[in-house]
Amino acid sequence: MTLPELTSAPAQGTETPMRILVIEDDRDAAIWLVKGLKESGHIVDLAGDGEVGLGLALEAVHDVFIIDRMLPKLDGLSVIKKMRSEGIKAPVLILSALSDVDERVKGLRAGGDDYLAKPYAFAELLARIEGLGSRKLLDPKDAKLRAMDLELDLLTRTVTRGGKPILLQPREFKLLEYLVRNGGHIVTRTMLLENVWDYHFDPQTNVIDVHVSRLRGKIDKGFDEALLQTVRGAGYMIRVR
Amino acid sequence: MSVNTKIFRTSTFRLAAIYLLVFALSVAAILGYVYYSTVGLLERQTEETIRAEVKGLADQYRVRGMPGILDVVVRRSIETNGALYSLVGPDGVHIAGNLETMPQVNLADNVWLDFPVIVGKGDSAVEHTAHGYHIELKGEYELLVAHDVQELRQFGDLIRNTLYSALALSLLLGLSGGYLTSRNFLRRVDAITEASHSIMAGDLSRRMPVSGSEDELDRLAGSLNDMLSQIERLMAGMKEVTSNVAHDLKTPLTRMRARIESALRNSSAVEYKSALNQTIDECDGLLQTFNALLSIAQSESGQVRRQLQMLDIHDILIDVAELYEPIADEAGGSLTLEAAPHLTVMGDRQLLAQAMSNLLDNALKYGENEEGKGADISVTAAIDGQDVVITISDQGKGIPEEDRDRVRNRFVRLDESRSKPGNGLGLSLVASVMTLHNGQLHLEGNQPGLRAIMRIPSSTTIPASPSR
Repeated sequence: MTLPELTSAPAQGTETPMRILVIEDDRDAAIWLVKGLKESGHIVDLAGDGEVGLGLALEAVHDVFIIDRMLPKLDGLSVIKKMRSEGIKAPVLILSALSDVDERVKGLRAGGDDYLAKPYAFAELLARIEGLGSRKLLDPKDAKLRAMDLELDLLTRTVTRGGKPILLQPREFKLLEYLVRNGGHIVTRTMLLENVWDYHFDPQTNVIDVHVSRLRGKIDKGFDEALLQTVRGAGYMIRVR
Repeated sequence: MSVNTKIFRTSTFRLAAIYLLVFALSVAAILGYVYYSTVGLLERQTEETIRAEVKGLADQYRVRGMPGILDVVVRRSIETNGALYSLVGPDGVHIAGNLETMPQVNLADNVWLDFPVIVGKGDSAVEHTAHGYHIELKGEYELLVAHDVQELRQFGDLIRNTLYSALALSLLLGLSGGYLTSRNFLRRVDAITEASHSIMAGDLSRRMPVSGSEDELDRLAGSLNDMLSQIERLMAGMKEVTSNVAHDLKTPLTRMRARIESALRNSSAVEYKSALNQTIDECDGLLQTFNALLSIAQSESGQVRRQLQMLDIHDILIDVAELYEPIADEAGGSLTLEAAPHLTVMGDRQLLAQAMSNLLDNALKYGENEEGKGADISVTAAIDGQDVVITISDQGKGIPEEDRDRVRNRFVRLDESRSKPGNGLGLSLVASVMTLHNGQLHLEGNQPGLRAIMRIPSSTTIPASPSR
C-alpha cells in the first residue's frame, strides 16, 4: 500500500470530503481500504455483505459507492440494480477479481460507473473514486470546460489559454478534455488508457507518459504556471486553482 | 453383472429383438397366406362340391320324389370319386348310399359335420375322416353327403407343422444372431470402457481400441482418441507453463523476501520506505505477468471466439500507431504506417490491439540500430489473397533463425542478461491471439532486423460464422 506517499501528495482532493459507502466482505482488504480513504479525508461507512450494504445505501445519502462483485447474501451487481431501481444516482465503482472485458461490461450494464480489477493500487482506486465524485459537479451539456486560464470549447474542439489559441491533435484534445473533466483530481495512466484510448490492457512500454509530456509541452510551455502536474507514484492532475 | 444378463440391456440386442419380432410376424403372415390359399382353398372346393350335390339331390327329391333321389344316390354311390352318400328313412333305416351307417354324432338339419369312416376291407381297413353336410328332407328322410378328407387334413397338418417349424427356426436364428452381434458389440464397448477407466486412473497415454472396420464404433473411438491427444497436449503445455510460472515467480519473490529481510535488519525509516517502494514495483511486475498470462488464457479459452466482431484492421492500426509514434520519435527513431483501407476481419479489438502493441513494444525495445539510435519501425497492412497481412518490421538485431520458433513459448527471453524489462510473454500472447483469429504469426529476418507478420483470414461483407 502506498498510503504514506498518497497522504503527502500535493493538492490531493481533501478539500471536498465525500461520504463513501464501502461494501466489501474481505475484512482485511476492507480495513486497509477504509483506513486509506479516511486518511485521504473522506467519511467512510463499511458493510460486510450485500444486504447490510443495501440497507445502508437506502438509509443515508452517499457521494460514492465502492462495491465488491462477490458478496455474501446479495451479490454486488444485484445491490447496484436494487439501488438504481430505488432511485439512487450516486456513482458506483465496482471492485472485482474478475478482470475480463466481458465481466467489466456486465458490471457497467448493471449500473456501475467504473470497474477496477483486484488487486489494485490504492492510488488507482482513490483517483477513480475522486474522479467519480467530482463528475456530478460538471454539467455534461456545458459546451465549455475550464481549468484556471485554460478553456476548452467542446463544440468547436478548440483550446485557448489566457486567450491564446493552442493547436491540438484530436487525441490530444480528448486527453486534455478527460484531464480537465477530472480537474483537481489525480488521473492514473490506466484511467487514461481506458478512457482516452479505450484499451483495457497494460502496454509494456509506458506509452502514456510521452503523450502527456507532449500535451504539457503545448499547454504549459511559455506560461509561468504549470497546469498539468505529475503526481509521483499515482498519475497526473490538471490544476483548477 | 455377468455378460449374459448385461447383453439383454444392450441397444444392439434390443434392436435385434425388434427386428426379430417384425421378421417373425412377416414369416407368419406369408405362411398364413400359403395355408389359406392351399389347404383352405381345397377345403372350400370340397364344401362347394358337397353343397352343390346336396342341392341337386334335394331338387331331385322335390321334383321327382323318392324314386328320383334314390336313382341318383344309387347311381352316384357306384362311382368311386370319394363321395359318400347316405339316405335314411323316417325310422332310421338305411335306404340307399355307399355310406351304410349314419354317424350318430349330429342329426340336426343343415349342419356340417366331421365323422370317421372305415375305408377298405378286412386287414387293410383304416379309419379316415370324412367331412359332410346333413339335411332333413320332407317325410322325415335324412340325407348326408360327405367326402373323404383324410388326405386333405394330412396335407393341412403338414403345412401347419411346416409353418410352426419355420417360425420356430426363424425365432431361434434371430435370437442367436442378436445375441452374437450384441455380444460382439458389447465386447468392443467393454474394451472402450476399460480403456477409459484406465485413462481416468491417470494413464493419459492409453488410447481407445480401434478394430479397423471403420464402423460407427471405430469412428467414435477415433474421435475420442483425437480428443485424448489434444487433452494430452494441453496437459503437457499446462505442466510446462505451470513449472515455468513457478520458476519465473520464484525469482522476484526471492528478491522481495531478501529485500524485506535486509530492511528489517537495518531499521532506518528511509530504508523501510525504499524497500517498500521497491517491493511495490516488484508486485506490479508480478501483476503484469499475471495479467499477461490471463490475457493468453482468455484468448485461448475460446470464450472470446463467440464474441468476435467485424473490425477494420486499418482503424485499429491507426489507433495503435498513433499511440506508439511519439514513443518511437522520443527515442530518436521513427514509426511509419502504410495500411490499405477496409481490411475487415472477424476479431476482438482489445486482443488485436494488444497483439500489435506487444509487437511494437518489442520493436521499440530490440529494434535499436547499432549506434543505439531509436528503432525505425515500419508497419504495413494489406490484403494478400484471402488474408489480411500485417507486418511490423524493425532494423535492430533481429532474432536468429534457430530461435524464431522458441520465442513464441511462454517465458522465453533471448536477452539473457534481462537488461530490458519484460516477462517473456509478449510473443506468446501474439501467437495465441492469432490462433484465436484463425491466423498465424510468422517471424522473418528483415536484413537487418526482424519482421513480424500477422496473417488473419479476411472477412468480406458477409461475416463468417463466429462459432467457426
